[in-house]
Amino acid sequence: MTRAPRTVYLDHAATTPMVPAAVEAMSAHLLEVGNASSLHASGRRARRVVEESRETIAQALGCRPGEVVFTSGGTEADNLALKGAFWSRRAGDSRRVRILSTGIEHHAVLDPLHWLAEVEGAQIELLAVDRDGRLSVAALREALERSADETALISVMWANNEVGTLQPLDEVVALAAEYGVPVHTDAVQAVGAVPVDFAASGVDALTLTGHKVGGPYGVGALLVRRELGLTALLHGGGQERDVRSGTIDVPAIAGFAAAVELAVKEQSVYAARVGALRDQLVTGVLSAVPDAVLNGAPSGDGRLPGNAHFSFPDCEGDSLLMLLDAQGIECSTGSACSAGVPQPSHVLLSMGRSEAEARSSLRFSLGHTSTAEDVEALVAAIGPCVERARSAGMR
Amino acid sequence: MRVIAAMSGGVDSAVAAARAVEAGHDVTGIHLALSRNPASYRSGARGCCTIEDANDARRAADVIGIPFYVWDMSDRFHEDVVEDFMAEYAEGRTPNPCLRCNEKIKFAAVLDRALGLGFDAVVTGHYAVVRDGADGVELHRASDAAKDQSYVLGVLTQDQLRHSLFPLGDTPKPLVRQEAARRGLLVADKPDSHDICFVADGDNAGWLREKMPDAVGTTPGPILDESGVEVGRHSGTLGLTVGQRRGLRLGVPAADGRPRFVLDIEPVSGTVTVGPREHLAVDRIEGIRPRWCGAAPTRLAGDGVAVQLRAHGDEHRATVHVEDDAVSIELLDPAFGIAPGQAAVIYDGSRVVGSATIASTRRVEG
Repeated sequence: MTRAPRTVYLDHAATTPMVPAAVEAMSAHLLEVGNASSLHASGRRARRVVEESRETIAQALGCRPGEVVFTSGGTEADNLALKGAFWSRRAGDSRRVRILSTGIEHHAVLDPLHWLAEVEGAQIELLAVDRDGRLSVAALREALERSADETALISVMWANNEVGTLQPLDEVVALAAEYGVPVHTDAVQAVGAVPVDFAASGVDALTLTGHKVGGPYGVGALLVRRELGLTALLHGGGQERDVRSGTIDVPAIAGFAAAVELAVKEQSVYAARVGALRDQLVTGVLSAVPDAVLNGAPSGDGRLPGNAHFSFPDCEGDSLLMLLDAQGIECSTGSACSAGVPQPSHVLLSMGRSEAEARSSLRFSLGHTSTAEDVEALVAAIGPCVERARSAGMR
Repeated sequence: MRVIAAMSGGVDSAVAAARAVEAGHDVTGIHLALSRNPASYRSGARGCCTIEDANDARRAADVIGIPFYVWDMSDRFHEDVVEDFMAEYAEGRTPNPCLRCNEKIKFAAVLDRALGLGFDAVVTGHYAVVRDGADGVELHRASDAAKDQSYVLGVLTQDQLRHSLFPLGDTPKPLVRQEAARRGLLVADKPDSHDICFVADGDNAGWLREKMPDAVGTTPGPILDESGVEVGRHSGTLGLTVGQRRGLRLGVPAADGRPRFVLDIEPVSGTVTVGPREHLAVDRIEGIRPRWCGAAPTRLAGDGVAVQLRAHGDEHRATVHVEDDAVSIELLDPAFGIAPGQAAVIYDGSRVVGSATIASTRRVEG
């Protein structure tokens, strides 16, 4: 197909371009020698960069520097939180083998949970969500009433990555506190998009990652209260509070911290600007394709500002993605590509949608480089592409 | 033209896609995900269903410089190919799933979707030739007889052929590998695929038993000689094929000491009959479910008319009579080990006329 000259990037929830401040901070250290664990002057210089970065992130996200554990990204942070807390809580009380979570979590949460169930005998309960993809607090209450003494951990994402629905974390934390159960939240989509304050949120552990906030790939963090003991996953030099080993990636951490600092500082301006673009996008798509359905919470406080997620009836999401891609418009089916075979989104299935509805879905996600022209390009292209994809049929 | 290149992850489809680009077509590569559970179907790079194969196809598309996507055809493949494969074996026949896949998936489901999406054709790495003839396009054997795959394409209709490109039909396989290496395709020395892509280890019988533990063909039964004397036992007819010699483990040797072959399979009673090779000889084949590459013929005879009765099998000179959906094939010389369920592909010279599924055969009276 003919290549379009300009790329319209509408997949910021997958990854977003690095901000110049992060590129500068990162490149300033790429040519500097010094292992942050070394005792000499170069080592101390490197360590200083890491600790200043830790303080920057702590300051931005409302935690203490000692609560920031750097990881290789969101997946490792989720694994550390879930497995680390499970092992440690079970070691303290052998009855605590239960983890409460939701069916709409990212695979970085669901897969470790399934692994824990298979290999470690954990009991996993995935709580119901409503049609908008919002956790049922009643279901959580019921589960805690039934089995709080056996529950090691609750893990509920801050905001869903596919449909953008924010989760009732305040209520989750309040309920968990009643029963004395710690809470982990995967907040990789939330940081920079909505206000995130670790201490004020009351969660015990929080996952974030660099490349979703304008920082580099391959670096992230778990913010974790000291009271929540964690068993280590990676053993070695014990560089990060003894719960995470591995030579510290100084330039990446510097870039990560610069990105987090900027994202948090700009959050309200970003949310207003990108939210307005998203509203234009939703209006435009719905007028071009009147029978399209917006999935997730209604636009507003309950939804990530950059997220728009639609089902296009009688239309294969894969076909639509391919047709848009051929015009330089880049988006996501939101489906996990497990082993090369696209699976219908577990998030939409959890929200009570049929497999056909799930397969007919596309996610458009806006970010800090998005413009009104991007939205206009999509709105102009979507109608004909949907027509075309419909003629290619469903499987 | 705007074309879809079906890329299996092997060397042939990669070179075919590259040639389509060079011919000036606007090419988009796709890999067909045919297995619902890829990890369990194959290990290693032998078939067309593994994750490694999808990655190989993706890397080839990168090198060629074309967009690449994975199309999930696993449900269609299961319904149209795998279930048919099981049902045919359960009836004591020997299906060829590659023909079925070409008929129902590659040049039907994939082609239909491609046309719907605004493409004009599907390009594959099959060794065969499509060229214009007096009455539309014609399908011909490839120039490399050793690699010729026109047999498995004998199910394609005129409409399907019009939307098919086979850029490798004029090239011997070794040159295709050299070309792949020259083009920087890492699959240049990847081994050819064999067997049936969804049967992991080539053990059809074992696979069928696992998938159909309750089928009638899983019941042990007698192996009889032609006089009705039990000469052995089998553990189930599933996976046995007319003409098969190996793996029968006959307890009673033949009086004349000569090898014996499966002559007949009766899945319901579980009876398998064996006998000497000459009793496998057939001189007439009744075919059903014909598929014609062009207009349906009524009678075919003459020097060039021949049938091929299995993949990579020999040609047999024949005369062919067609009446509606019944195809009668008279063989000028007897053929051996002809299994019902296989396709009889009919040629006139190098041209493929069409095909029929073998329903029954007539033994040479001896």
